[in-house]
Amino acid sequence: MTPDTSGETVLEVRDLHTHFFLRRGVVKAVDGVSFSLRRGEVLGLVGESGCGKSLTALSLMRLLPKGGARTIKGEVRLGGRNILECTPAEMREIRGRRISMVLQDPQTSLNPVFTIGDQLREAIVRRRRASGVPVMEEAVAALRRVEIAAPEQRIGQYPHQMSGGMKQRVVGAIAISGEPGVLIADEPTTALDVTIQLQYLKLLKRLQAETGMAILFITHDFGVVGRMCDRVAVMYAGRIVECGPVQRIFEAPQHPYTRALIASVPKMTGSVGRLATIEGQPPSLMDLPVGCRFASRCAHVEQRCLDAYPGTVRVGEEHTADCWKVMPS
Amino acid sequence: MKRYIARRLMQGAVLLCMVATIVFFLGRLTGNPVDLMLPEDATPEDRAALTQTLGLDGPVLDQFAIFVGKAIHGDLGMSIRMKQPAVEAFFDRLPNTLVLIPWAILLGMLLGIPLGVVAALHRGSFLDRAAGTVAVLGIAMPSFWLGILLIFVFSVELGWLPSGRMGGPAHYVLPVITLATFLVAGFMRITRSAMLEVMESEFVKLARIKGLSEAVVIWKHCLRNALIPVLTLWGVFVGNLITGAIVTETVFAWPGIGRLTYEAVIYRDFPLLQAVIILKSILILSINLGVDILYAYVDPRIRVT
Repeated sequence: MTPDTSGETVLEVRDLHTHFFLRRGVVKAVDGVSFSLRRGEVLGLVGESGCGKSLTALSLMRLLPKGGARTIKGEVRLGGRNILECTPAEMREIRGRRISMVLQDPQTSLNPVFTIGDQLREAIVRRRRASGVPVMEEAVAALRRVEIAAPEQRIGQYPHQMSGGMKQRVVGAIAISGEPGVLIADEPTTALDVTIQLQYLKLLKRLQAETGMAILFITHDFGVVGRMCDRVAVMYAGRIVECGPVQRIFEAPQHPYTRALIASVPKMTGSVGRLATIEGQPPSLMDLPVGCRFASRCAHVEQRCLDAYPGTVRVGEEHTADCWKVMPS
Repeated sequence: MKRYIARRLMQGAVLLCMVATIVFFLGRLTGNPVDLMLPEDATPEDRAALTQTLGLDGPVLDQFAIFVGKAIHGDLGMSIRMKQPAVEAFFDRLPNTLVLIPWAILLGMLLGIPLGVVAALHRGSFLDRAAGTVAVLGIAMPSFWLGILLIFVFSVELGWLPSGRMGGPAHYVLPVITLATFLVAGFMRITRSAMLEVMESEFVKLARIKGLSEAVVIWKHCLRNALIPVLTLWGVFVGNLITGAIVTETVFAWPGIGRLTYEAVIYRDFPLLQAVIILKSILILSINLGVDILYAYVDPRIRVT
């Protein structure tokens, strides 16, 4: 579980701003997100619904939803190149081969009218060298790699003939068929049964070990973070408020929001009482406060928290937090 | 699949029996056809003779039994006006209608589906609104009015195209346009709304994540899914065309089954009307079955059930 700090940085996101420009106003859904991802590393991106996790992921893929979403500022460096400056054609070359993504709901992420084989083949054909191996064989191999039994039969089947867990494996096979250096997994297990979740996480881990790809793992589940991730970034109201090695975050969370989040995770041991909750609501992304975004819900709020945003403070080895009250290391 | 088809055939047979029954008794309800066929001063003997010739002299239920008995053997009676078996009259005219329908559907799809896709891609733009206006016009314009307008412009004023009757390719243009206008609008609207829904799907996102080109994403991944509701409409449209042909064929003096239906009504040719309606029902039922089989081909989810 110790992060390999020697690994080269494969993805670097700096000061990313993706806003929705609506008639009613500007929704600052991603508002100054920075993080980096090293080869072979799993970075967890955690936060409650609507904090901007998924939109961050889509910004990296440059597949923003229609309806006024635009990345207006920032850099996304993939292998040294800022992909926000790439042309759409260049972006298509990058997608699937340099950076890829697994979506949340396997029930809807496969096209119902094409066979698994067809959909897998589309991805394989794109990156084919003159390997001489028939595409079909490669597709079967790809299914075998994600531990699908009897892949020769499955390849001719349609998505509706498979279970949710199996579909998510197929989605995984499609996503990694271009051998991307970075895989974004946007809550890939949220829609799966608990028993299947664990299998899928193990599979992802294994694939990562085999390929050395870096994974940005988006989730709201701290249990999954502990199992999967090397480092974790906690997101709140469009910003990353704390980022550090998983163990550090669990043992010594610095930001009051992270502390509250971890306190609200049900524990197997100890007294069985009411779960800890965080009072109040996150601020409206259309009308963000000038100061700390968590101030309205924070138990330790002071005047300076309301006056200005704290800025990112280094609180330990690879560990940062955006809070006025943390001690710089 | 075989069981599915067998089940559908059974349903069709039941439906057909109901249609035949309704048509038969509705016909009888309008009165005695003999009254309409003989002059008012006809003698009771003449009336009795004709009634017997037409097989209308027994109790209604007996007549129905005879009608059903004959119908099972494909005999739907003699056309009163044409002095020809009604079935024969229908099949004589059917090809003339069938040559129009494929062209109308083809034109409707060739224009309607791409228009729908383009409108969906440029949702809310001028293009979308223009296409929407065309659609409203296409649906709102009655075909008798459009037909007459086209004849007026292209036959009477410009003299470019013949105004009616069957003939060479030029004779097809105006009737096909008249029939297709409604279809263009229908295909466009359904394609647009289906595309809008499909384009929001996660699988479209995944297709883009794979790095596929926009053309493949839109015209393969999206359109194939959007065609499912379009195809459902096919059955409805072909049904509409067959029934709607009554007006169009009458306007363009086109000797198809639409015009035949019109004539059967105008001349109160009850055996012919019965035959035409029953045979049209069979036609529409088989087309719907065909469409549903095609549907199962396009949407694999249907195949298992």
